[in-house]
Amino acid sequence: MTLKKKEHLELYRQMVLIRRIEQRAAELYQEGLIGGFLHLYIGQEAVSTGIVSLRKPVDRVITAYRDHGVAINCGISAKEVMAELLGKATGISKGRGGSMHMADVSKNYWGGHAIVGAHLPLAAGMALGDQYNGNDGVTICMFGDGATNIGFFHEAVNLSKVWDLPVLWICENNQYGMGTTVKRASAVEQMRQKAEGYNIPNARCEDGMDILKVREAVEPALEHVRSGKGPFFLEIMTYRFEGHSMGDPERYREKDEVQTWEKTDPIGVYNRYLVKQEIATKANLDKVETDAEAEVVEAIEFAIESPEPALDTLHDYTYVEAA
Amino acid sequence: MPAITMRQAISDALWEEMERDEKVFIMGEEVGVWGGTYAVTKGFYDHFGEKRVRDAPIAEAVIVGAGIGAALVGLRPISELMTINFAFVAMDHIVNEAPKLHAMFGGQMKVPLVIRAVSGGGRQLGATHSQTPDAIFAHFPGLTVIAPGTPADAKGLLKSAIRSDNPVLFIENALLYQARGEVPEGEHLVPIGESKVQREGSDVTLVSYSSMLQTSLKAAEQLEKEGISVEVVDLRCLRPLDMGPVVESFKKTNRAVIAEEGWGSYGVGSEVATRLYEEAFDYVDAPIKRVNQQEVPLPYNRALEHSALPQLADVVAAVKEVL
Amino acid sequence: MADLVSMPKLGFDMAEGILVRWVKKEGEAVDKGELLAEIETDKATLELESPHSGVVRQFLVDEGAVVAVNKAIAVVGDKDETIDIEALIGAEAMEEEAEAAPTEAISSEPASAQSAVAASQPPSSGPAAEANGKLPEGVRATPLARRIAEDKGIDLRAISGSGPKGRVVKKDVEGHAAGGGTAGPVLAGLPSLQMPELGTAPADKRVPLTKLRSAIARRMTQSRQDVPHFYVTHEYAMERVLDVRKQVNALLQSSAEKLSVNDFVIKAAALALRQFPNLNAALDGDAVIQFGRVNIGVAVAVDNGLLVVVCKDADRKPLRQISSEVRAMADRARSGSMHPDDIQGSTFSISNMGMFDVAHFVAIINPPEAAILALGSAREVPVVRNGQVVPGQRMQATISIDHRVSDGAEGAQYLQALGQYLENPAALLL
Repeated sequence: MTLKKKEHLELYRQMVLIRRIEQRAAELYQEGLIGGFLHLYIGQEAVSTGIVSLRKPVDRVITAYRDHGVAINCGISAKEVMAELLGKATGISKGRGGSMHMADVSKNYWGGHAIVGAHLPLAAGMALGDQYNGNDGVTICMFGDGATNIGFFHEAVNLSKVWDLPVLWICENNQYGMGTTVKRASAVEQMRQKAEGYNIPNARCEDGMDILKVREAVEPALEHVRSGKGPFFLEIMTYRFEGHSMGDPERYREKDEVQTWEKTDPIGVYNRYLVKQEIATKANLDKVETDAEAEVVEAIEFAIESPEPALDTLHDYTYVEAA
Repeated sequence: MPAITMRQAISDALWEEMERDEKVFIMGEEVGVWGGTYAVTKGFYDHFGEKRVRDAPIAEAVIVGAGIGAALVGLRPISELMTINFAFVAMDHIVNEAPKLHAMFGGQMKVPLVIRAVSGGGRQLGATHSQTPDAIFAHFPGLTVIAPGTPADAKGLLKSAIRSDNPVLFIENALLYQARGEVPEGEHLVPIGESKVQREGSDVTLVSYSSMLQTSLKAAEQLEKEGISVEVVDLRCLRPLDMGPVVESFKKTNRAVIAEEGWGSYGVGSEVATRLYEEAFDYVDAPIKRVNQQEVPLPYNRALEHSALPQLADVVAAVKEVL
Repeated sequence: MADLVSMPKLGFDMAEGILVRWVKKEGEAVDKGELLAEIETDKATLELESPHSGVVRQFLVDEGAVVAVNKAIAVVGDKDETIDIEALIGAEAMEEEAEAAPTEAISSEPASAQSAVAASQPPSSGPAAEANGKLPEGVRATPLARRIAEDKGIDLRAISGSGPKGRVVKKDVEGHAAGGGTAGPVLAGLPSLQMPELGTAPADKRVPLTKLRSAIARRMTQSRQDVPHFYVTHEYAMERVLDVRKQVNALLQSSAEKLSVNDFVIKAAALALRQFPNLNAALDGDAVIQFGRVNIGVAVAVDNGLLVVVCKDADRKPLRQISSEVRAMADRARSGSMHPDDIQGSTFSISNMGMFDVAHFVAIINPPEAAILALGSAREVPVVRNGQVVPGQRMQATISIDHRVSDGAEGAQYLQALGQYLENPAALLL
């Protein structure tokens, strides 16, 4: 599917916006304005942006705890993301979820989930719901390479094939589960090999730093599932430039490894492509970047000025109140 | 009113709700072709078909997890665990996903899921298959835990559970499946979270639920012949726990015994006794006593198992002790 | 514009970090994102990138310093700009002080108040409170019984509990209340108020003295005239005697035996007399005979008179024996079937009117003895304990002593010795 200039610029905008949000979030974290864990998506922007750009509104998206980028791709505003990071009542989860738990059900985005692999059974169930109701939608479930080693993964992936559920499993292989390399944690080198064991059609995108290659890989995978042929498993190779979370000493990898990957920074790659192909001018892209920066600054102001959740709402949402 | 077995009452509730609402379906191990390992869903597969009566692989995490996912997108799944002892391999989904999602995403998600599970010992199934760990699950805010002791309550509460928008763990006791009782004909709903006086009395308040309710009623009958008037209060739901009728009864009798099949440490009895001391200290006229299972992994040997489980004589003795 | 660089929070649980090394030097230029320092947390050594671009104007902490998160560690500004570093840091420090100040003020106040309280408390109150036992008011009772007792103003100590370990339960308190504990005695057969014809009053009647009455009259007159009496009164806390008695009687429930308060006093008086032989005595001309045996005479009311039965060697007999002997002798005295030995050989007498709800009274010495002890009732009275008025059980005892044999001081000391036993009744059981 060829993209128009406007569409390219929109994808570029999302990637840059994610990058800026993550960079500013790191600063706010260091200043103590953000609590808990903070897992940054820097380096992996092309993956979620590419995936989500191909989904239809009926397609559900669910992911793990590295979820700010997916949230932006799914249409949650920078303001709502920032406010959630600051725990404010205006956050997308009303300040009750934080960095790892952002969702917007109205946009068919079913959230960040913080227990490794635990959202895979949920994804199977959501796909079952669509199958049950005869809906056309595909459930796109993203997870890291680390999640393929946990039992939930195997139970969910197996069931998806047994029941032919409309789910697209996408493993974002950033090559480390926290600080442990794939080699040291997984019996097989490629995560897609695990799908083989469950007789699920699969593929591997070797260059997840290039959004166009990501889209090339996702498009047929999504089509496969949508056509009613059951689940598909797609592995996308990528790399995170920052630590697993804030405070990661990064003893497990060399500085030059990170620098090598930074040469393939997905934003740089896309930027050079757009200019070289004369799809956009340098000025076009600079403007996108300036606008993104302004949007994030505005989002931070919004988040800081937003009210804290009222203490008397503490017990809200523990149970669904009977209608 | 006809007297039917608990098994029949539960089966009727499921059948009626599935007839009433297309969105209700069952999944679990051997629920379909087999007809349920406790024959609760006998005949369901033939009548409702494989779409709504789904035999699942032996994979409890995904049985519960996919139930959550399907519930999120609007279905009303009933995930059946063959026994509550298998809940531990689905623990994350029962306690860490289902009861959290509504709160964690600021009220966006609802999980109208029922998890049915069989609890209790006394059948020589050994330590891993004989537990009554009900109290563990009642620890978690956001989860509803129901454990009926009569066929009428089982039917009425299960129907309410299926209609609830909150995740419910519905605990059935294997030894109660044969218990008979009158069940009102026609639509019969029992509200969730209401304890009930099952027998009136004036000397001692005997609090129990599930299997020990039947034992407690027998104890009350026996004690009546000795001139001791026992009021039996059935908790019916462990969370939310309705202390109203318990406290009211206690203010009348000033003495209480709590009988439950599970272990005493950190148990239901501990909770009820503590609340009585907190809410009705000035009415205490004797130390409150608990009747429980001995604190051992339940042995296989029949005599050992019998001696470890709380019996009628233990309840009778405890009542006399507080007089 | 100059900016402060602060110790960053580099993990969800980081509270402070060690500034391991400055990578830049003071005066050196630094770009935003450039390495400025190395920081060590309790988990890892991490690199601190400068959040600002400019020139490192000043380091505010030395290498090796432990610095709290968010505390300023360096100043980055333009090369030539004049920076009021004091003001920059001062603003921060002042904020901190403002936060710290109220905490200090709050914490200093209770400390001094506490010491003032400690100083004003009498040193004896601690151990005394401890000695009162771990049960509230020293009584085993259920919360419900306590509440009912409090509502009805009933002293729990006056009630014997029927629950396990003698625990006072609801029905004990309610039974006590119904039985007239506080509701007041009900007069049986109270006539309705009428205005009857008073008619003629009954005529006077002359009743001749019985032999017993004559004997009493003679001996008491002699005593009162010949013996110079003096009196000493003491008040005893009886809670413990009552408590022990309750416990012992619970143990004796199956037998017909039952100890009375009087039995305890007999034993206590006898034991105390061993320390004061001068009161277990008789004046004989120019000498005082101090008796070797301690034989306690116990006054028993009989029809139209009074008899003194004698419990021999009461200092050496166990309580149960004293109790059963005295009861047997008293029964015989009332039924007029005494043994002669029952009323002989008394060396010291006790007259107890406790059963008649008597505050206190004085008795006339039973000659030739040197002293007699008169007991009132053990009554519930307000008692001041630790500056609080609380209910207590008290009994007054008055000793009458022959002044020719002894003096007030000895009498008072004897009553104190008696108190040692009555207030530690376990000693009477040994």
